[in-house]
Amino acid sequence: MVKLGALDWKLLRDAWHMRGQILACALVVAGGINSYVSLSTVNRTLATSQARFYEEHRFADVFANLVRAPETLGQSLAAIPGVAALETRVNVKVSLDVPGLNEPARGRILSLPRDIGSGGINALHLLRGRMPPPGSQHEVVASQSFAWSNRLEPGDSVRAVINGRYQTLRIAGIAVSPEFIYALGPGQIVPDNRRYGVLWMDRKGLAAAYDMEGAFNDVAARLAPGVRTSTVLGEMDRLLSGYGGIGAFDREDQLSHRFLSDEVSQNRTMARILPTIFLIVGAFLLYTVLARLVQLQRSQVGLLKAFGYSGAEIAWHYLKLAFLISLIGAALGVVTGLPLARTMIALYGEYYFFPLYQENILLQVSATGVALALFAAAFGAVPAALRAARLPPAESMRPEAPPRFHAGFLERWGLRRALRPAGRMLVRNLARRPLRFAANVTGIAVAVALLVLMTAMLDGINQLVDWQFKHVQRDDVQLILTEPRERAALDSLRGMDGVLQAEPFRLAGVRLHNGYKLKRGLLFGVEPGASMRRVIDGAGRAVELPPEGIVLTDLFARVLGVKAGDTIEVEVMEGRHPREPMLVSGIVDEPIGFAAYIARPAANRLMREGDVLTGAYLQVDEARRLTLFERLKALPRVEGANLREVAYVQFRAMIDRSVGIMISVNLLFAWIIAFGLVYNGARIALSERGYELATLRVLGFTERETAGMLLGEQATVTGVGLPLGAALGIGLTMYFVWLLTTQLWRMPYVMTGANLLGAVAAIAFAAAASGAAVAWRLRHLDLVGALKARE
Amino acid sequence: MPEAVFRMRGVSKVYHVGDVEVVALQDVSLELFPGEFVVLLGPSGSGKSTLLNILGGLDTPTTGRVDYLDHELGRGGDAVLTRFRREHVGFVFQFYNLIPSLTAVENVALVTEIAANPMDPHEALALVGLSGRAEHFPAQLSGGEQQRVAIARAIAKRPDVLLCDEPTGALDVATGRLVLEALDRVNRELGTITAVITHNASIAAMGNRVIRMSSGRVVEVQPNAKRLPASRLEW
Repeated sequence: MVKLGALDWKLLRDAWHMRGQILACALVVAGGINSYVSLSTVNRTLATSQARFYEEHRFADVFANLVRAPETLGQSLAAIPGVAALETRVNVKVSLDVPGLNEPARGRILSLPRDIGSGGINALHLLRGRMPPPGSQHEVVASQSFAWSNRLEPGDSVRAVINGRYQTLRIAGIAVSPEFIYALGPGQIVPDNRRYGVLWMDRKGLAAAYDMEGAFNDVAARLAPGVRTSTVLGEMDRLLSGYGGIGAFDREDQLSHRFLSDEVSQNRTMARILPTIFLIVGAFLLYTVLARLVQLQRSQVGLLKAFGYSGAEIAWHYLKLAFLISLIGAALGVVTGLPLARTMIALYGEYYFFPLYQENILLQVSATGVALALFAAAFGAVPAALRAARLPPAESMRPEAPPRFHAGFLERWGLRRALRPAGRMLVRNLARRPLRFAANVTGIAVAVALLVLMTAMLDGINQLVDWQFKHVQRDDVQLILTEPRERAALDSLRGMDGVLQAEPFRLAGVRLHNGYKLKRGLLFGVEPGASMRRVIDGAGRAVELPPEGIVLTDLFARVLGVKAGDTIEVEVMEGRHPREPMLVSGIVDEPIGFAAYIARPAANRLMREGDVLTGAYLQVDEARRLTLFERLKALPRVEGANLREVAYVQFRAMIDRSVGIMISVNLLFAWIIAFGLVYNGARIALSERGYELATLRVLGFTERETAGMLLGEQATVTGVGLPLGAALGIGLTMYFVWLLTTQLWRMPYVMTGANLLGAVAAIAFAAAASGAAVAWRLRHLDLVGALKARE
Repeated sequence: MPEAVFRMRGVSKVYHVGDVEVVALQDVSLELFPGEFVVLLGPSGSGKSTLLNILGGLDTPTTGRVDYLDHELGRGGDAVLTRFRREHVGFVFQFYNLIPSLTAVENVALVTEIAANPMDPHEALALVGLSGRAEHFPAQLSGGEQQRVAIARAIAKRPDVLLCDEPTGALDVATGRLVLEALDRVNRELGTITAVITHNASIAAMGNRVIRMSSGRVVEVQPNAKRLPASRLEW
């Protein structure tokens, strides 16, 4: 037990006496530590889990799809310099019939990777059940994402259309794979794990079913350290070109990896920015509180020095108070941050399926959090503590001379005539401490900006969703065929009972070349005059596709460095890999991904095929949709269906939950900052000017009038801070839009009046409430004391 | 004899400081008449400040009653007392209590703006002989000058009573004399009832009446027929 000295008791009693201000400071520090602890825990967990899972399960570095190649080619591929390990695979798309699901689901069956012991790549991590026996055609391992969403357990069955025939597949085990941590089906912009699943089957069984014995159509490889990926990719493409290879790619273009990595890096950015903002505000608050305390305790400092305490001892005394405050904040931050981290990790667990190694970072993150809090405290408190240490003892026991004021430049410019004495008091008090004023204004602005940013992000995501599901897509069902079909397929779809309208599309993977620049993407052959799937420009107008020429998304055009009117080379990654120059006839400002649009007849011409489609958008009679889905499920040529409404609802649910948490947490954070600044500012003003205000009360000013004079400063700070905050919020949103723009999608910039007004109102409310809390203290102003001795 | 402006009847004041009961005033009865200059003399703790506070509407008696003309003070709570101070009372404090962020003339204007029938702030400063210092901030003024600004501030609203708590307590003799001259002049020219608290017995010579207090009681009320001008006071 540490024995507290007399000075420590003084410290504790001082602390208790100023508990309101201490709480305000501690809460701001707590906000910083909470955001640090929660976001870094989430970030560390995601990043280390990703790295560890990749390493332990040997996630491939490069991938390639092809039509079919003999197994012997595998040896040539494995011999490419730089390839450390390579696995050939069979990879097929299937249509799935899931118990309890009306519409057809889609999936992919991959040949089971070899286990790690025998050099397997993308090895499975079996969660439940067992592996299927060798040679089995009826047993599979199901992905956890699919099993979890459909409540499937080992022993359950799903039906799959395998090579044109319905077959019942028994789920032997449930697993996660480094390749499908984030399982996004083709054409989906959010995972729909009920309707898209990955299954693994024994290689022999799968090969037999698809006529792939002694052959493969998919490759995954790990590279030796330090190898140039592009060289390997080029060599692979060369070897696979005769076998329908549709372009080897590295992890950067691997969807699951891309999404997870983007998430981790965005999360890391947040984990740096948010705590920094809070700790700067916290350090500033600690500085003002301590500086004021030292000023109030001048005579005590003088007395202590007269007793023989050294300057260092006195500085340490005040530093201890700052450390006490920051430790309270850090404790609060850690205690609230850890459950928040757990909530966020659990939420990630619903979209990213992989073992989250909850490493023992609790102690480390907490310790770093505490260290950060102490650092911020020291940063804010040292100047004030040094001031105490330097006070000359004799002088400090005399009351301070009255503060010097002068008429500032504003007044010389004529403000003086415009202001009454109360207004002049306010202006001069603010002008006397310009740095404090600036810091307070900045703090309020930051609080507003945080809210503006968060709301703008939410609005942006909502606009993205609305853009996709209300403007671009207006279908009920996006039906995807297993392979390109002639026009007759469309006619038979149109003839089906329950189909009101059907619009064909031709979808293909492409590589676009502009000189040496190359980028993979999707080519949408859209029906001319289409109404269910339209191409929409940034202003929300439908773009009519020209009969010839290609329209690129803004992101695509930027990566390739092309503009409308340029010519690019389009290489189709299927069939005979036709490659042709095409005119870029337009750029659309689309938020999602690398897409290129072309009229369907032009697509058919490019691919040297007839009137061919790979799917259709359907408008469906609501009353007959169930029977229609039943019939579609039975069609072997239908790979699956994306339901617009379902995807929309799912996206909404995801946003409401994850963004909902972020918004409430940030609203709380912004409130804490505003409260901390205004409450502390007003308390310090009250402490500095209590004597003056009491005098005014004696002179006949009412409580309301003196409250006005006290809070005028905070009101001005808030009044200046609010619009600045709105402006800062706009800037910050632009920065984040830029920051969050990934290879896969671009965050739209949405700034509404409601957002700005709401943020301003929320902070104004917090400021007013904290001001009122301080104004209430004016009731206890000692009027009689004002007549008597000076402090 | 003119009618009294202030009338105190059997006023007592008891404070509770922690568990201790402090009797600050005990059964005090007193009247103040138009235009008079009263000096309240007594050692510290004699209750003179409490008396002044009750007269000025800063405090209310525990028992007894105080009338200002035909109004009973202490009825109607804080708002009524605030209005009373605003309209009728001028205060001068020992430590001047000027607003440091306002110039001399602005300190005066602060009060004239909320008064019903004030004089011009410059006129008030002229009365205390500070016309030349109107645009100076408190930090640029000497103690005596600050106190004279405080007097100007107190009288600018044309109060019915000027209450001064140790107005020279923080000043040297020469400066204190200047301040007292200002008070004297205001009393004579404007006819404002002036009550000055002091423990400096020599100031008593400039009052119409001297009220001596001890242990919360009025022990002596002494009329003074021959008021001395402040310039002739010595201490």
